Amino acid sequence: MNKYFANSQLFQLINAHFKELIREPGVLFWGIVFPILMSLGLGVAFTQKTDVVRKVAIIETNDDGSNSLTKSDSLLNFRAQEISDLSTDSFNYSITIPDEQLGNTTFLFRKTNWQHAMLMLKRGKINLILNEKDGKTEYHFDPLNPDAQLSYIKLSALFGKNDIKPVTEVGSIKPLTLTGTRYIDFLIPGLIVMNVMMSCMWGISYGIIDRRSKKLLRRMVATPMKKSYFLLSLITVRFAMNFVESGLLVLFAWFAFNISIQGNYAALLAIFMAGNFAFAGIAIFISSYTANTEVGNGLINAVVMPMMVLSGVFFSYHNFPDWSIPVIQKLPLTMLADGIRSIFNEGAGFGEIYLPFGILTLSGIVFFSLGLKIFRWH
Amino acid sequence: MEQPVIEVRNVHKSFKLVQAVKGISLKIAAGSFVAILGPNGAGKTTLVEMIEGIQKPDQGEILILGKTWKNNEDELRQVIGLSLQETRFIDKLRVSETMSLFASFFKLGKDRVDEVISLVGLEDKRKAFVVNLSGGQRQRLALGIALLNKPKILLLDEPTTGLDPNARREIWDILNKLKQQSGTSMILTTHYMEEAERLCDYIIIIDKGEILKEGTLDQMLNDEQGEKFVEFSLKNPPGQLPTTHEFPSKISWNVEDSKGRFILGKVDSQLPLFFDYLKNNNLQLNDMECRRLTLDDLFTSLTGRHLDE
Repeated sequence: MNKYFANSQLFQLINAHFKELIREPGVLFWGIVFPILMSLGLGVAFTQKTDVVRKVAIIETNDDGSNSLTKSDSLLNFRAQEISDLSTDSFNYSITIPDEQLGNTTFLFRKTNWQHAMLMLKRGKINLILNEKDGKTEYHFDPLNPDAQLSYIKLSALFGKNDIKPVTEVGSIKPLTLTGTRYIDFLIPGLIVMNVMMSCMWGISYGIIDRRSKKLLRRMVATPMKKSYFLLSLITVRFAMNFVESGLLVLFAWFAFNISIQGNYAALLAIFMAGNFAFAGIAIFISSYTANTEVGNGLINAVVMPMMVLSGVFFSYHNFPDWSIPVIQKLPLTMLADGIRSIFNEGAGFGEIYLPFGILTLSGIVFFSLGLKIFRWH
Repeated sequence: MEQPVIEVRNVHKSFKLVQAVKGISLKIAAGSFVAILGPNGAGKTTLVEMIEGIQKPDQGEILILGKTWKNNEDELRQVIGLSLQETRFIDKLRVSETMSLFASFFKLGKDRVDEVISLVGLEDKRKAFVVNLSGGQRQRLALGIALLNKPKILLLDEPTTGLDPNARREIWDILNKLKQQSGTSMILTTHYMEEAERLCDYIIIIDKGEILKEGTLDQMLNDEQGEKFVEFSLKNPPGQLPTTHEFPSKISWNVEDSKGRFILGKVDSQLPLFFDYLKNNNLQLNDMECRRLTLDDLFTSLTGRHLDE
């Protein structure tokens, strides 16, 4: 190795920070294996059609002497299979509606009294209660719970027609399995940007705060070390790690789910670097002052959590109220996620991403300089 | 004295609630080993960190080799070696790697790293991770890092605090060797009087941010009126000792351990007076020890407290 190179501050700093990172076995697991497992888990969970089980309680009507059967009685009698196991919370009837396209739906019914049904609802064992009064069917459920709503829709169809047909017969569902339109195509860019944010925020911020609290920072600046080299080395090591981690994740997703990058590779690299830079800047900024790791924890979470929830890492942010969308779209993580997704799935190039690229780079510069201004080395 | 390597002029430093340093002035001659001795919280670390350029004084001036920290930081960093109190280096870095990292800051190569590793006796541990070192080994690593650049001025903040006697002696041996070899000047803070006595030719005792006394060991111990230190306990200890205008007028009585202490000038003439005093006040002696004065005794006689309290 070139002697000058080996003795150079920057090389030694990068070397030290890199070794520190890779010698922690947890780093490799959480940085590389965990995102892959997550993509595998979520990818499989959301791309495979699965059999859905919907659980319903039916209130037993008081025997008023009339021998007329209620609607639910007749449904259960004619179509349902009786389940023999009768522990307190088990279900006594099941109806399965086969559906090759969307997966089978199985309804499990439990005949019980109102009190017990409410208890089961509260415990999340069921999300719908069926009650028949004077020949009318009442559906009790939380209208804000989409799952319960779906149960209601399907169940009312079952009652209305006295017969339920597989959905395929009704019309024209064409499953979207084209690359770029599946959930996994949405998810992988989300995981990449989440990883970039987490790795920068925790890696750089926590690294700085921890060194400050250990007085190592103070010891290092009591030498002729160039301060900028110290920060530069932390950032460089993170960038390199993020690059490797994201690359492996994409490679895995390509193998396992056949995802592809439809747009411009150079543009992808550019926005990826801009995102890294933006989060490195934010990380330096929030770790510029405190020496308390718990305060640091709070600060990092305060930045990371809102974006994790809002920026559409796992699910589209278009489900949030309309007024909030323009705000959400201006968050750095959203910008990065949208940019990377457009390159992956919409074939975008520099023309589409120059704006987020510019804003991310600029915010990196702004936060970096602000952070340096108030940075406490001691 | 020729131009001092360090000159501190009337330096003050306050934090939110405490006045840590209240007007300290001192001069350190080239090549001398100086101990700043004082109990915890005396202001030793604050003083040394101001000399190190890590903290800025609120008032007063500090000159290192005739230069202030302002505008001369790059130059002064090259000639100073230091170890802070309780620095923790990177856990998962090996001893030699940690040394190489710091050596690179001074643009020094592998040769100097090897030299220093053997100087501080860490040859066997050069491949060990820092996290696996013992307390003494960590302090030797910190000392080695301080010595990397062959500093003209070495500043060590409590280099042996928390170490067992063996580990402490190892550090002392390294420093004594250094003292014989080079023209390094050293300031060391400590609350172990033995450390100050063994390593340093000049001692500055500070307490509550002020210098109580300074001088060579001999000067300090002979300067006092007495030469012997007396410690005694009584069979019938009172809450407070009866006062007297004659000798011994300056007995400090510690209620907590029920012991009295005083400094004796002339054993043959003054000791009988002490017995007279006990007899006149109906106090019965239980135990008594009379010995040569130490720095701790001096500190106790000045403040009524021990150095390590």
